Amino acid sequence: MIAHENKSGLQTFLNIAKANLRNFSMFLILGLIMAGFAFLTHGVNLNPRNFTYIFIQNSYIEILAIGMLLVIVIGNIDLSVGSLSGFMGSVAVIMFNRTDIGFLPTVALTLLVGFAIGAYQGYWIAFVKIPAFIVTLSGMLLFKGLNYIITNVTPVTPKSDVFKEMASGTIDFLKTKAPVALAIFKPAQGEVHLLPLILGVLIIFYIVMNSIVDRSNKIKNEFQTLPMSYFLIRLLAVSGIIMLLSVQFARYRGLPTIAAILGVTAVILTFVTKSTIFGRYIYAVGGNQRSAKLSGINSERIIFLVHVIMGGLCGLAGMAFAGYMNSALPDAGKDFELEAIAACFIGGASTTGGIGTVIGAIMGGLVMGTINNHMSIMNIGTNWQYVVKALVLLFAVWYDLFARKKAGIV
Amino acid sequence: MTVVNENYILEVKNLTKDFPGVRALDDVTFRVRRGEIHCLCGENGAGKSTLMNVISGVLPHGSYEGQVLFHGREARYRSVRDSERDNLAIIHQELALSPYLSIYENIFLGHIKPRFGIINWSKLIVDSKQYLQKVGLSEDPDTVVSKMGVGKQQLIEIARALSKKVELLILDEPTSSLNDAESEKLLQLILDLKNEGITCIMISHKLNEILEIADTITILRDGRTVNSYDVKATQVSEPVLIQDMVGRDIKHRFPEKKHVVGETVVMEVRDWTVYHPEYPDYAVVKKASFKVRKGEILAFCGPMGAGRTELMMSIFGHSYGSKCSGAVLVHGQERIFHSPRDAMEAGIAYVSEDRKELGLILLQDVKTNITNSSLKKISRSGIINRDQEVIEAEKYRKALSIKTPSIDQIVRNLSGGNQQKVVLGRVLMVDPEVFIVDEPTRGIDVGAKYEIYTILNDLAARGKSIIMISSEMPEAIGMADRIYVMNDGRIKGELNREEASQEKIMTMALRKVQEN
Repeated sequence: MIAHENKSGLQTFLNIAKANLRNFSMFLILGLIMAGFAFLTHGVNLNPRNFTYIFIQNSYIEILAIGMLLVIVIGNIDLSVGSLSGFMGSVAVIMFNRTDIGFLPTVALTLLVGFAIGAYQGYWIAFVKIPAFIVTLSGMLLFKGLNYIITNVTPVTPKSDVFKEMASGTIDFLKTKAPVALAIFKPAQGEVHLLPLILGVLIIFYIVMNSIVDRSNKIKNEFQTLPMSYFLIRLLAVSGIIMLLSVQFARYRGLPTIAAILGVTAVILTFVTKSTIFGRYIYAVGGNQRSAKLSGINSERIIFLVHVIMGGLCGLAGMAFAGYMNSALPDAGKDFELEAIAACFIGGASTTGGIGTVIGAIMGGLVMGTINNHMSIMNIGTNWQYVVKALVLLFAVWYDLFARKKAGIV
Repeated sequence: MTVVNENYILEVKNLTKDFPGVRALDDVTFRVRRGEIHCLCGENGAGKSTLMNVISGVLPHGSYEGQVLFHGREARYRSVRDSERDNLAIIHQELALSPYLSIYENIFLGHIKPRFGIINWSKLIVDSKQYLQKVGLSEDPDTVVSKMGVGKQQLIEIARALSKKVELLILDEPTSSLNDAESEKLLQLILDLKNEGITCIMISHKLNEILEIADTITILRDGRTVNSYDVKATQVSEPVLIQDMVGRDIKHRFPEKKHVVGETVVMEVRDWTVYHPEYPDYAVVKKASFKVRKGEILAFCGPMGAGRTELMMSIFGHSYGSKCSGAVLVHGQERIFHSPRDAMEAGIAYVSEDRKELGLILLQDVKTNITNSSLKKISRSGIINRDQEVIEAEKYRKALSIKTPSIDQIVRNLSGGNQQKVVLGRVLMVDPEVFIVDEPTRGIDVGAKYEIYTILNDLAARGKSIIMISSEMPEAIGMADRIYVMNDGRIKGELNREEASQEKIMTMALRKVQEN
């Protein structure tokens, strides 16, 4: 077979852009959605307050979507995450209310319980080899029931505001009322928060330095590298998005605590999936479990660990939701699993496993969250939000199938 | 003015087909005369299957440039259904039967003509019998297909094609998974069909088969037609065909040996018995004992179902079977492997005969597939050094001359021979002492076969031990220092390189062993 040679630089550029379209198409789609609604709402959707709220309203789904991404990449599905996070929220609040151990130990213990429950489900799935669909369907019923039992079917309010602070509060030190800053940033509440700005600049600095070092290493080793123009545009776009977020947070109430938690979780799991042996094994097992096994990968162990991680993230999401509602609700977590699964597929995960990224799942979650939020601003009810999200899900997966067919991966 | 040439049932004119990054067919012209057996050969990746997929509408009209004329009319098939309507049938290498349906249901699947929406099943059963008879099967039409061997399934596929009143039958490597007797039967059937006026295009790697039945032989190389021989008019021989296929003269089918067999026994297996995973009372391998020395190439010969793959896979960390007994000794020490991982840590690697399902992760790229088994070598405390990974993968790409645009290419898009090299690359990077390679050249063209042989010989020369399962006796004789012959789950005997011959292997496989 003969490989095509593209001599012209523009052609190469366009080809690379095409090949990587799936990577940044989520950003484009999100941008288009925001721009469209900006037109419809005369820009209300883009004000800093609303920007902050998109994160506060969606973080628990995003946290679940990250865990779900791992589960889907390994070729499984987890239907229990909704009722499990509801249950975990109640566990946390009740533990906090009835003991004097304080908030942080409560968080740590809740996460531990989450991991343990993940291990329970992972055991049945990985070692007993009962399909994940069945195990987690059972889990869905189990944790719903347990949540009713421990809450006595009545909402439980935390004895202090810490949960609420974690879910809807912001990290709001380092602020200024300096006239210059006010003039530049035009904040919503008369003061500019410096922390998100400083963090934003530091993160951009880190990314830029890292990319440059990485690129020069590649050139030194004579590896294939992306063309300079593509490299620069990508770097610019990434920096722009981070800067935009920091500025918007700075203009309202500072960095939302939950966004920070989500950010740290996302960075850790992106690193795990991209750069660790464990992460590589997840993709290998998801791509072809039998090949992976014969390649010397302990696939049962990998599947087990993925479900353990999912359990822990359910603990985190459950606490976030209890804080967001400022109450542990007996019915909490309804349909979360569906939202998390949809986020992964909108974000480009493959239904047959082996393909998907953490950042994609987060973007998928943001697309849905943004649609919810923006439609709410326009006073369009949940009924129509469901309709729109349904279509987005279907079209996203259709587009993926189409793109993969073209790339020869089906 | 174009003249419709009645002699040709099929004409392909100036066909060009591109896949992402690869030109699979380049200005191909190809003609098939009415009523002939036309064999198509070429290396893996030469474009044979692509050509057949265009002809049969698997690749729809519009996705390629050029013309396909069937009966002198341009065929613009949008799907296989369209080509079937023109009485053209293709039987792919991977069989397309529905495993849990019966024979007769499979024969009529997709073209049952119900009356008033009601299917007359009993009539179908009766009808199916005549087609089964034609292909020489005496099975009850009610038998479930998955219970039959691959050879018989192949015949059912042909029966299915016959039931559709086929005029042009395309067979893509029909004998690749058949044993000698089954192949012979199939080739006879193709000749019978020819007498009934059915035109047949057959893709095959087995040159002896081609020379046996072909009227015309066309050779493809790198997406182009290189030569077309009329077998009656010209003398064609295997060397000529091979030279056309690889574009160079291959004097010997096997590279010269450079290795010397050592004295040390690296691995020894004693009284190994394995039971079937689903029928735990049925022993698939019975008391097999063998040993392999340093720098030695062993071959395991025997007919299909002799238990060779089952023996090796069960040794390789219990990857097959419900229970097994016996002992594996590595350097004289007994080792117990609970998983492939254990076996690999003891220095044993296994390359499956089924590279797509059991060797590769098709949706991942070349680089990832090569490094998957030895990530620990390129990482520190669980974190992969990705630059190191590229360097390692490039090293194996070059050493094995894997033909790919880059190591970021998805493995699914590579040809069979190159996929096999990727699997070998993965195993080489693990650097084991014993390589168990199961049918390492199955479905691979002559040129790539030679390269694989060279790789195996080099490994032996470096002091590695090779255990090769091979169904092709010339391959086993040409490559091995020692041959074990298996049949019915038993090792029936052992032959040295000097004394081995096809006749001896066959006799040994068929001889009765005294039951203990």
